[in-house]
This record gives sequence, C-alpha cells and structure tokens, in this order.
Amino acid sequence: MSESLPVGAAGKLAPIRASVPNAAKVRWPCNWPWNWPWNWPWRWLAGAALIALAVVLPFALSNYHVFTLTQVMIYAIAVLGLNILTGYNGQISLGHGGFFAAGAYTAAILMHRYGVPYWATLPPAGLICFVLGVLFGLPALRFEGPYLALVTLAMAVAMPQLLKYFDTWTGGQQGIVLVKPLPPPGLGLDRDRWLYFFVLAVLLLAMRLAANLLNGRTGRALVAIRDHPIAAVAMGINTPRYKTLAFGASTLFTGVAGALAAIVVGFVAPESFSLFLSLSFLVGSAVGGIATIGGAIVGGFFIESVPNLANDVSDAAPWAIYGLAMLLFMYLMPRGLVGTLGPWFVHAMRKFRSARGAPK
Amino acid sequence: MTEIPLRPTIEVESRGAAPLLEIAGVTLRFGGIVALSDVSFTVGEGRIVGLIGPNGAGKTTLFNCLSRLYRPERGDIRFNGKSLRHAAAADIAAMGIGRTFQSPALFASMSVLDNVKVGAHPRGHNGPLRDAITLPQARREEREIDRRARAMLAFVGLEDAATRQAKSLAFGAQKRVELARALAAQPSLLLLDEPAGGLNHEEVAELGALIRSVRDRLGISILLVEHHMGLVMSLSDRVVVLNFGRVIADGPPDDVRGNAAVTEAYLGKRH
Repeated sequence: MSESLPVGAAGKLAPIRASVPNAAKVRWPCNWPWNWPWNWPWRWLAGAALIALAVVLPFALSNYHVFTLTQVMIYAIAVLGLNILTGYNGQISLGHGGFFAAGAYTAAILMHRYGVPYWATLPPAGLICFVLGVLFGLPALRFEGPYLALVTLAMAVAMPQLLKYFDTWTGGQQGIVLVKPLPPPGLGLDRDRWLYFFVLAVLLLAMRLAANLLNGRTGRALVAIRDHPIAAVAMGINTPRYKTLAFGASTLFTGVAGALAAIVVGFVAPESFSLFLSLSFLVGSAVGGIATIGGAIVGGFFIESVPNLANDVSDAAPWAIYGLAMLLFMYLMPRGLVGTLGPWFVHAMRKFRSARGAPK
Repeated sequence: MTEIPLRPTIEVESRGAAPLLEIAGVTLRFGGIVALSDVSFTVGEGRIVGLIGPNGAGKTTLFNCLSRLYRPERGDIRFNGKSLRHAAAADIAAMGIGRTFQSPALFASMSVLDNVKVGAHPRGHNGPLRDAITLPQARREEREIDRRARAMLAFVGLEDAATRQAKSLAFGAQKRVELARALAAQPSLLLLDEPAGGLNHEEVAELGALIRSVRDRLGISILLVEHHMGLVMSLSDRVVVLNFGRVIADGPPDDVRGNAAVTEAYLGKRH
C-alpha cells in the first residue's frame, strides 16, 4: 500500500475556518452508527456481562419460560433480517412471514423426509430464502414505499395457501410433526435448555454478522441508498445490485429464524404463518428500533410476550391492550426503544466523561 | 486494492496537451425544448474551467449528461479518451469523475465521516460476504478507507466534525463535506455545481482557496458551474458561457468578460 495520501499535507493548508462548532445544536451525536464512547475493554466487558446473563438465565427459570425466551430469540433473528431491509435500506416488507414460513418448511421437509440432522437444516434454509429473497427483490426494484408494501403483501397472503396446495411435500392442512432434537449427551442439559443455547448461539452469530455487514462498505451503501438515492448513484453505488442484495440478506436471516422455529416448536402448519406474523415482524422492528441491531431483541420480546401479557390484563379485549401498547410505544419512543434510548445513553456517557475531563 | 496515487503538485503551465474531458457536439432536447444544442468544449488536465450562463442556460443539464443521469441525443463526451455514452451512471465515479450537487445531497442520517467513506465506495473492493465475516483484507481496506476519509475531512477543514450527524451541520459545512466526499473517490475531474450558492462573503473566499488547493495540491481538474462571477473569474483558467443551450463564448476570463454576446445574455440588448 503506497503512501499516497496527503495526510498531514492537508494540515499545511491556509487555515480554513470550519463553520461547524455551535452552528447547529444537535441533541444526538449521530443516529447511525452511534459512536459508542467506550473504549474496547468496556465494550467487551458489557458484552460479556450480557452474554453471561443469557447463559445463566435458563437455569433460574421454569421450562415454560425457557421455551418463551427461545421463541423471543427466534423472533429477534427474524426482526433482525427485516431491519436490514426496512431499517437500513428503506424498503418496506409486509411479506417476511412468508420467508419465515419458507425457512421453517425447508427445515421441516429436510428433517422429516430426508432425515437431515436439525442443525444441518439451517444453511439450506438460509440459502433457499436468500435465493427467494433475491428473486423477490428483482421485481421489487420497480416499486417504492407503499407500493412495495403491497407487492410484498402478496407473499404473506399467498404463502399459507401455497403450503396447503403442495400437500405431498408440506403435509397440507395437517402440517408436519417433527421429532424434537435430543440434546448432546454428557452436557447434562434437558431438551428445552439445549435448544435455548442452540438458538442463543445462532442469534449471537447472526447479530455479529449483521453488525459486520452493516458497518462495512456494504452497510454504508445500503444506508446511502435509503438516505439519498441520486447521490448514492453519483458515488458509484450500483443501486439495483445493493437493493436486491438487501432483500436476499434480509430473507436469509428471516429464513434461518423460520428453520429454528420449526426445530424448536417441532411442528409446522400453514396456519402458523398467517399475515399477522408478517405484521408482527414489522411491529417488532418498529418497537425495537427500525435501523438498529439490538432493537431486534426488544422486538422479539414484544412479539412474543405482549400478546400474552395483554391476555393476562384483559381476557375480553387482549388486542385492544396490544394496540394500546403499540400506541404508547410509538408515542413515547418514535424511533423504537433502542433507537431512542441508545443515542440518549451515548449522549449521557459522553457528557459524563467530558465532565470528568476524560478525552472524548 | 488498486491505488490511484494522488499526484504531486504540478505546474499548471506545463500541462494540458491532451484534453482530459472532451465534450463534442452534445445535443439534448426535452420535448420541444432544446436544453443543449451542439455544445462543444474541452477541459484540459490540471485546468479549472468555469461554466457560466443565465438561469436555464443548460449548465446543470450538461452536468447531468456528464454524470450520465441524462444521455445526450447527439454528440459524444469523452473522458480520458473513453466515451461516456455507454457508461452507466454508477460507473462514472469509478472512471474518475466526481461531483457535488447544487444543494447539498448528503446522506443525512449518517455521520460526516461515513458520508466521506461512501465517497470512497468505487475505490473499495469489499463485498457483502467479505464484510460480514470481516476477513483480514476487509479490515485492512476499512482501515485504509478510514484513513483516506479522515485525510479528506482534514483537507476541507472539518476533521473535528467527523462523528457528527451530517444533517446537523450548517449549510456551508455540508457543502464542504460534499467536496470531501467527492474527493474520497480520488477523481481526476471534479464537477462542482454551484459550490458558492448560499454561502456568505467570507465563506466564498475560503471556498475559492479550497478549490484552488484541490487543483494545486491534489492535481484534480475542475469544471465549475457557478453564478458568483467574482469567484469564477478569479479561479478559472478558462470560462465557457452557455445561453439557451449554446456555447456563446469560450476563452480566458478577461476575454469573456469583455465579450459583447455575454454582456447581452446577462443584461439584455441595449436599446
């Protein structure tokens, strides 16, 4: 790599007044990506503490709650996929439930008909959903905003009936009942807790991969297309290529989540993948923070637990409670929990550190 | 990673044999309106060429032909001897033509630094897979892009604003970020669309120094569309005047200033 840049040379320029400081008061330093004001050891420590908590938690909870948490993580992976597309690239999808179903059925058919071990079904499920997503993303290039939402809606409404139609493969209305996988011997874990850890590992991997993707050259291109498509083209970004890629990457994650759902629940049927599932993903995405990675976990919690909580609050009108929760969330935190609190936290940390005289 | 090394300071006088950019007989119509009619001129290497003309004269239209947002009906645009007719809009930056927009077209939600990094997109090679699993070479490229982007921010005097959100900057600063973003692609020709528009007197003077240093220190040729006459006349080696889609004058600033057709285009005919 040659030393070709005028590093330092630029410093010898005639002084140019930067008209920046105090020019505009902004509350948040940046909403994407937040520049965490932590040095590496602290970030690692915070991450390690969270992971340690996730590892210890299942031993303190009942089987039912462990199962619920596993579901939360599965939804989190699906929402993470949707965030890549809708949050970072600005393409709305109402059809991700369909891709979730495609992933679930891929895993179920591979396990049921071909005896493929459960863990080996994830890569093919992801791959098939990637291809489906790319195929779907190509015509989607012609649509934007609400029109794209309608096109993707087609995926969500068509999927359950397609699954019923191809019943030699999918088992039709009855679906496919799967044998729940056994935990590896010698670990001393029961089935639910083993699956919890399995899904946790996939979630952590998915978040890591998504973060790498979105923080790199690809992620910048995706956000550039969302923020200013014309300028993005002028910067040499091949817009159709990246938009299609965003679709494929997004559905890959969602498809893997679907495969995990099939494995963990041990049963797939067309009715589990209704239009409401697609809408739930969008709700989860918005509640957690549409262009965030951590927000996917909040979204997973919302999708899994709020309907149950609403049921506890009112037997008569659980969906009214659900709607109220959604309204409150959007009113109080329009950018989602992570999208609102994250920058606030970063801001507070920075203030705290500069108050202590630490370098920025 | 292929490097286009930044050229050292070159004496302006010693350059300019073969034209870097050659616009030959470009014609473009929108419906019945002739936006550009047989426009021809060249930009030599290491030159600053001013492109002026009253509103609606076709300056921005020509820019959009150069960045392939429009395709000329007739005529050809050659850059480094290669025709742009069949290049896609997204290929222009990689070929070495950078541009800024009339009103700042920054990626509003991104940090200033990331905006400039997007500018380096055509010089990068990291694909989605390489990004996702972060191979060592991906990391190396990211470090290099980071270094370049910071150097370009320093060049326009905004290194302190790196972590700020782009839309939070003042108008003048946003225009500088746009310049840094265009420079990050290491272009050999820079198209500036009214860089002084909306700037105050002081800022215009600074901008002039900055544009000159882009040419003198980075060796980048510049095609400058501008309404600010003082700026164009003081910076340009040559000035091209458009009116109703036609070139009505082309020459050194002093010649153009005294040209009767130009005065008429701007002030109207004397009665």
